[in-house]
Amino acid sequence: MSRAFLALYTRDVRLALRQGADAAMALAFFLIAAALFPLGLGPSLDTLGRIAPGVVWVLALLSVILSLDRLFQADHEDGTLELIALNPHPLFLLVLAKVAAHWTTTGLPLILLSPAIALMLNLNEAGYLPLIIGLLLGTPALSLIGAIGAALSLGARRAGVLTALLVLPLTVPVLIFGVGAVEAAILGLAVAPHLALQGAVLAGALVLAPWAAGAAIRQAVQ
Amino acid sequence: MAWFEGEDLTCLRGDRLVFAALSLALERGGALLLEGPNGSGKSSLLKLLAGLLPAFTGTIRLDGADLATEPEALRETIAYLGHADAVKPALSVRENLEFWAALSLHPGNLDAALAAVDLGDIAWRPGRFLSSGQRRRLALARLLVAPAPLWLADEPTVGLDRASVARFETMLASHRAAGGAVILSSHLPIVLPGAQSLNLDDFAPDLINPFLDEGEEG
Repeated sequence: MSRAFLALYTRDVRLALRQGADAAMALAFFLIAAALFPLGLGPSLDTLGRIAPGVVWVLALLSVILSLDRLFQADHEDGTLELIALNPHPLFLLVLAKVAAHWTTTGLPLILLSPAIALMLNLNEAGYLPLIIGLLLGTPALSLIGAIGAALSLGARRAGVLTALLVLPLTVPVLIFGVGAVEAAILGLAVAPHLALQGAVLAGALVLAPWAAGAAIRQAVQ
Repeated sequence: MAWFEGEDLTCLRGDRLVFAALSLALERGGALLLEGPNGSGKSSLLKLLAGLLPAFTGTIRLDGADLATEPEALRETIAYLGHADAVKPALSVRENLEFWAALSLHPGNLDAALAAVDLGDIAWRPGRFLSSGQRRRLALARLLVAPAPLWLADEPTVGLDRASVARFETMLASHRAAGGAVILSSHLPIVLPGAQSLNLDDFAPDLINPFLDEGEEG
């Protein structure tokens, strides 16, 4: 069972690395969109510093959602998803492997890039650690919740937009707790409750999302 | 009681009744060739038997056990070959097969599978540089690296040259000799000694009205 998980995970990571442009696109979007804020709002460090937590989080969220069409779409088109659904291993586990690969190639690079973005937006230095920890807990949750939307919109025209419409409302808690943790740290308040709630969202998504996405995949391959 | 049976199967896709009251039975070592014009429901039947599509009515049994109650048993028993080849352009021939072998519960020998479809010489070649016939052969090799007793193949010989069809016929013969069974649809001639055949046209819904029960309302 763990062999199947590992095989699917390494295959997806390998595919993402070989077709590097796809994964790089989300990162480039993250970087360029963040660069627009100082241009649009003017170079006032005060203003930028105040909106920095929200901007980093909203852009991270949008970047993840932008990359979701990669999750199941190609496998659906070439028939792989049918065979994965027919595989004797539990679909829950196989969906989890695909989501883990998606996070490794999207969420993880975003986290590595986020301090640079935070610096560019003049984030208060107390905010860096909670930002990183919040993203470490939050981006896997985004990949998991996103998988439901990606699976539900399989076969639809304009699937990318539909996925975003389905997923965005569900990601509100991740955004609230993520930004809350950073702002609490900057104001000198307790950070732990925000991160604990963020962890709770991740725990819930970990149990429910692969199951829901699996059910949607079974519908899509009919 | 046959090894693999479908009884009174009805397939509904959207609001269209594809076929109704279809029954079939297959023993180990057996073969069943599905016939019928385009749109008569051959692919739907194969999807239904594979468990991809829920049957509107009817039961599918394996060794007498109803598969609706234990879909896991079905998934360990069948290998499904659909229209799509499921070949990843960015992976080499060998990497494509390695993936399916790793996902199988009892993986078969990789080199033997490559030899059986004559892809051993280009095992290093990325999927994007394969011709459509070569992609099809790679899909056929999947039946050997992820072996299962019952093969469900939808037009397996599309795009294959004569020599490749002959190699597939050899694959089918040794699969059946080893106790496996196969259900396939094919518009191209294929040698299947002792195969039963089933014409989907015989179960077309305009011949039978499944909503009119015997004699009750006329």
